[in-house]
Formats: sequence, C-alpha cells, structure tokens
Amino acid sequence: MANVELRGISKRFRGVTALRDVSFTVADGEFFVLLGPTGAGKTTTLRVIAGLEKQDGGSVLFDGGAVDSRSPAERDVAFVFQQYSLYPTMTVFDNLAFPLRSPLRKLDNTEITRRVTEAAEKLRIGHLLQRKTERLSGGEMQRVSIGRAIVRQPRVFLMDEPLSNLDAKLRESLRVELEHIQKKQQSTTLFVTHDQVEALTLADRIGVLREGKLIQVAAPRDIYDKPANLFVAQSVGTPRINLFPSTYSDGSVRVADSPIALPFSQNGLPVHFTLGVRAEDVTPGQGDQRGEIALVEPLGVETILHIRSGDVTLLSMVSGMTHYRLGEAISFGIDQDRLHFFDAKGDRIDVEQGR
Amino acid sequence: MSETTNGESVGWQPSAPVNYSTRVDKVGTSARTARGIRIVLAFVLAGVMLIPVFWLGLTSFKSRADAIAVPPKVVNFTPTLEGFVNLLSDRSVLNARRLELMKERTDLTWYEEIALKNGQQITGISQYVGRLRNSVIIAGTSTILAVILGLLAAYSFSRFKVPGESDWLFFILSTRMLPPVVVTIPIFLMYRQLGLHDTHLGLILLYTVFNLSLTVWLLKGFLDEIPREYEEAAMVDGYTRLQAFRKVVLPQAVTGIAATTVFSLIFAWNEYAFALMLTTERARTAPPTIPTILGRGGVEWSAIAAGSLGFLIPVVIVTFVLRRHLLRGVTFGAIRQ
Ligand SMILES: Nc1ncnc2c1ncn2[C@@H]1O[C@H](COP(=O)(O)OP(=O)(O)O)[C@@H](O)[C@H]1O
Ligand SMILES: [Mg+2]
Repeated sequence: MANVELRGISKRFRGVTALRDVSFTVADGEFFVLLGPTGAGKTTTLRVIAGLEKQDGGSVLFDGGAVDSRSPAERDVAFVFQQYSLYPTMTVFDNLAFPLRSPLRKLDNTEITRRVTEAAEKLRIGHLLQRKTERLSGGEMQRVSIGRAIVRQPRVFLMDEPLSNLDAKLRESLRVELEHIQKKQQSTTLFVTHDQVEALTLADRIGVLREGKLIQVAAPRDIYDKPANLFVAQSVGTPRINLFPSTYSDGSVRVADSPIALPFSQNGLPVHFTLGVRAEDVTPGQGDQRGEIALVEPLGVETILHIRSGDVTLLSMVSGMTHYRLGEAISFGIDQDRLHFFDAKGDRIDVEQGR
Repeated sequence: MSETTNGESVGWQPSAPVNYSTRVDKVGTSARTARGIRIVLAFVLAGVMLIPVFWLGLTSFKSRADAIAVPPKVVNFTPTLEGFVNLLSDRSVLNARRLELMKERTDLTWYEEIALKNGQQITGISQYVGRLRNSVIIAGTSTILAVILGLLAAYSFSRFKVPGESDWLFFILSTRMLPPVVVTIPIFLMYRQLGLHDTHLGLILLYTVFNLSLTVWLLKGFLDEIPREYEEAAMVDGYTRLQAFRKVVLPQAVTGIAATTVFSLIFAWNEYAFALMLTTERARTAPPTIPTILGRGGVEWSAIAAGSLGFLIPVVIVTFVLRRHLLRGVTFGAIRQ
C-alpha cells in the first residue's frame, strides 16, 4: 500500500470548473473519505488519481513520486465505480479474476483461483462464482465490485459511492463489512460519498468538498465539533444544525427575533454573527430558555422536538420516546460549551471558551 | 367469471358469485388474443414475402416446358434437375449421328443423362460456379474490411474527442447521398487507368468504401450504448485500451457487429450496376451473370431460377448463423449522434 498525495489539482471541463487547486494526502493505510454534494467534483478527483482523466494543473504523487505521466494500468489502483462496474458478458468468477489475468501480472491459474476464492469468501459471495452478472441483486453486484478491488493488492483503493445505489439496510451491512476489510488489510482507501453518515462512520479523516474546492480536512470528530464554515456544519449531523442570525451585547449572545439569550463571557465575537447549535445540545425540560413544542417527531431510538421560541424554531434531539405534547410550554437549556459561531462570510470564529 | 377455465384463479375466488372480472383474467385473455393476432399476422406477412422465393424454388425444379406452361403448374409437374444441370454446365448440341452414339453408351452419369434428353452433351463446368466464387470472395472480403475499419472508426468517434467530429460523420454519411450509379462512369474510367478494371481488388475496394459509411454509423450507435465505465474499469484493472476494447467492448458489441455485418454483406452480395460495368470476365460476380443464362431458343427459366436460388443460399446461411444477435441488433441499435 502507498500514500497518495494530491498537489494543487485543478480540472476544467468546457466551461465548468470541476476541481480548484485541491491538495490533500491520504496516508498509508488510512481510510480517507471525501464528502460533498452531487457535482462537488468527487468522481473527478478519483478519476484524476486513477489516470482516467488528465488534470489541467497540479500533480498526483504515490509514495512521493509523481505518477502524472503513467497510464491507469501502470498506476495500479483499484476503482470501485458507482455503477456499471461489472463486465456483463462474464461470470462472477471471471469478473473477479479479470484484474489478476492482466498481462501486467502474469499469475498462474492456481494462484488466480486461490485469490478469487479468498476474496469471495471474505465478501460471502462464494456461492455466486459461476453466475452471470446480470442475474445478481444490487447488493451482490456491489460485493463483486468490491471483490474485484480486493483480489489484488493495489497501491490504493478508490471507491466512488459504492453503497449509494443500495437500499438502506444493505448499505448499512455492507458499510460495516467494508470497514472490517479495510481495517484488516490496512489498505489505503479513498472513499467518496455524499452521505454524511457513511463519512462519519467510515473515515479516519474526512475531506469536505464543495464546488471543486476542498474546504476542510479533519478527523470526523473535528469535522463535527469544529466545522470550518457553515457549509461543513450543515453537511454533517442529523437533524441539521440549528443556525440563527445573532448579536452579541451586554455579555450575552442574543438570537434575533427570539427571547433566547445566553450569557457569554468571552470576547472576540463581532456584533453580528451566525450562531450554530447542534440539536443534541438543546436539552428540553431544564434551563432558562422558554418556548413551546411545535412538532414532535418520534423516531424510536430518539425523538426530534421542534421548539418554538419567539419567531425561531429550534430542533432538539433527545433519546428514546418522550411525553411532550404539541403546544406544550416548556423550558429548555442550551449547552454553552458547545456553541458554534460563524462570521458574515460563513467562516468559523474560534472562541476560546473558559469554564 | 367464476366459471372461467383459468384454474389458478379459482383457488382464491370468493365463494359468492362474482360478476366482475379480475385484472389477472383481463390481461390473460386480451394478451392471448393479441398474441394470436400477432402470430397470424406474422404468418401472413411471411407468406407474402416468401411467395416469390417459393415460386423460384418451384421453377428451378421444372423442365423447360413446365416452367413456361400456361396456366402455371404448381404441383402437377415432374420435378427435374434439368435447371441445375443447365446452370452448372456448358453443353454442346449433338448432331444426329453422335446422338445415336451417346445413347448407346452405358457409362453416363445422371447429369449427362439429363443433358442427353435435350440432345446435348456436357462439355464442362459453366461460368456460374466461378462467378459465385467471385461473389463470395468479393462480398466476403469487402464486408470484413468494412466492418473492421468501421468498428475502429466508430470506436474512435464514440470514445475520443475527434476535432470536427460531427463534420466528419456528416462527410462519411454524405458518400451515400447520391445514387451510386451516378458515379459509375467516372469510376469506370479511373479503374481503367489504374488497372483495377475487372479485378477482385477493384470491386472489394469499391464495396468497402460504400459500406463504410453504413458500418461507421451503425456501429457508432451500438458502441455509444456501451457505457465507457467498462473500458475504464478494465484499464484500471491493468489492461491497455486496445486490450480493454478486445476483452470488454467487443463481447458486448457482438449484436451490433452481427447486424452490421449482415447489412453490409447483403449490399455487397446483391450489387449489380458496378459489377456489370467494372468487370468482364475474371472478377465478374453472380448478379450480372444470372440474367445472361440464356439457353438456345428461349430463356432458360429453370436455370435462372436455380441460379437465383443458389445465389440466395450464402446470405441465408450467414443470416441464419447470426439470427440470435440479429433480432436484438435490429431492434435495439438506434442510430444516435
Ligand atoms: N466529462 C465531463 N464533461 C463535462 N463536465 C463534467 C464531466 N465530468 C464531470 N463534469 C462536471 O464536473 C463537475 C463535478 O463532477 P463530478 O466529479 O462528477 O461530481 P460528483 O462526483 O461529486 O457528483 C460537475 O459540475 C460535472 O457536471
Ligand atoms: Mg460522482
């Protein structure tokens, strides 16, 4: 396995800038997730690394050496495509064996069979080996795709939303399997997704991509707790983070159009800013704030309460089912150690908080 | 409704009488009727199409007199291979003395007997055999060339950014825009100059060029339908583009290639005007030959029918071999740009 570095990659398609000066490094054995909405440039990033697309500027390095002039075959990466990845005229076995039969590798048949069987075992598709690929379910197809990547030891795994075409249950189970395999093999993996849950659960580190620009690279925890800007803050977490235009005056953070006021001793805040509060940091039933229940969304494991306070509505998340009823007046508290502040441009304002 | 013969639906029918029909049954009967109509229609159409071929086959087994009998004989004639013998052999008319001599011989083969009945002696194999061979060589080679070249061109147009792509494609198509006959004279003169007149190479080149526009356009349509992710996956898996093309794209393009092959083969096989103008002897193909099978004292209809029948057979064989791909190829492959 290798480490992969992107240095100032940019890529334009007629009129569309897909990537702007993107730089990051995936360390050897790391599970790196690129998170971004559709059209952010995730697929383009993977294609540039694989050599399927030539970048307009910048350089791709494997283990410190530039690979820009190498063909896809010579780069020795494994690519799991979002769709259309299995060769339809071949059986599952032949699909899995295909990379091993490459003229570059010259493996003998017993070795090929051994490796294919081993990969098939790992992904529990051993019973499907003689099947034609068109007779597979979506989940089985993606298993085979992943299998085709793990039969060999590529320098890096590139995965383009491999789970996004599956139904929720399958996605979850395959996600867990993927994580096991990656941890066991210690394979360098670059996984792209628009699904924040996948990103948070799988990643050692996450890179957030928006309109071709890399906005933040950090561990899932820091992405969640210290989002670099409003976009990142909104990209992770369900329900979405509460955001309110607010002001700072008389030692208190005051939410506009609402009685909510939070005593806050720290300086460094401008007068106008955006306040961010995650739903789990809003605790109903205790605290100094007043509001009423506008909506109750019981999800079983947790319940999302919509609390109306003045002209704003906050989302609050509590675990389990609750006894709150619509229209009920309640008090609630906001965890003041976990407030997020964003300036007029949307960038995070770092405020050192004392206790 | 509850009285229907449809056994499966009875099991879950409510016990009370039901005076409406369930959707399952409606679909069942109307689908069955539609299917019946389709089958009848297919047979009628096939019948209309096949009558000339059937008549051709019939005529080829008739004697010279039966072939031109009025009213036409459909079943009430004695089948004879006279037509085939006349088609495949050169014969000379025997004078009375030699006729007597021949009749006394006992070592005659069956086809010599047939010739003898008409007072003729077989002197050799007719031109037809050689010309059918020419047809096979010329049509076969030009089709293979047109399909291979067309495949490479279509793949390039389909997968790479070719500068002026649509102009090129239009240009290629435009070679088909005027009737080929219009250019026979210039081509005749050019071929005479170049020494291509009456050569296999000459016709092969010409048919390849004419078919190329068809094959490029048809195959581009088929290749466009194959997602490029497959080749890209293969390239990432350690193959060059050419290897990926061979191992991943070709197997998926079989249908399109089969359909394209049959279309070009039929054109090259049936071509008449150029073959007539540009060949005389060595490279002459079957189509201009058949109408020249004239016997002495009248048209040899049974020989002409036998010749036409023999001419049909190779195309029928190729079409039959490729039929499985053909059906899908013709219905699925839309020409798109
Ligand atoms: N081959 C292409 N031609 C033109 N534009 C493209 C091409 N591939 C991608 N793009 C554009 O580049 C941007 C990024 O695309 P992509 O990398 O596929 O995003 P993502 O995978 O994050 O959804 C999009 O605006 C897309 O329309
Ligand atoms: Mg994508």
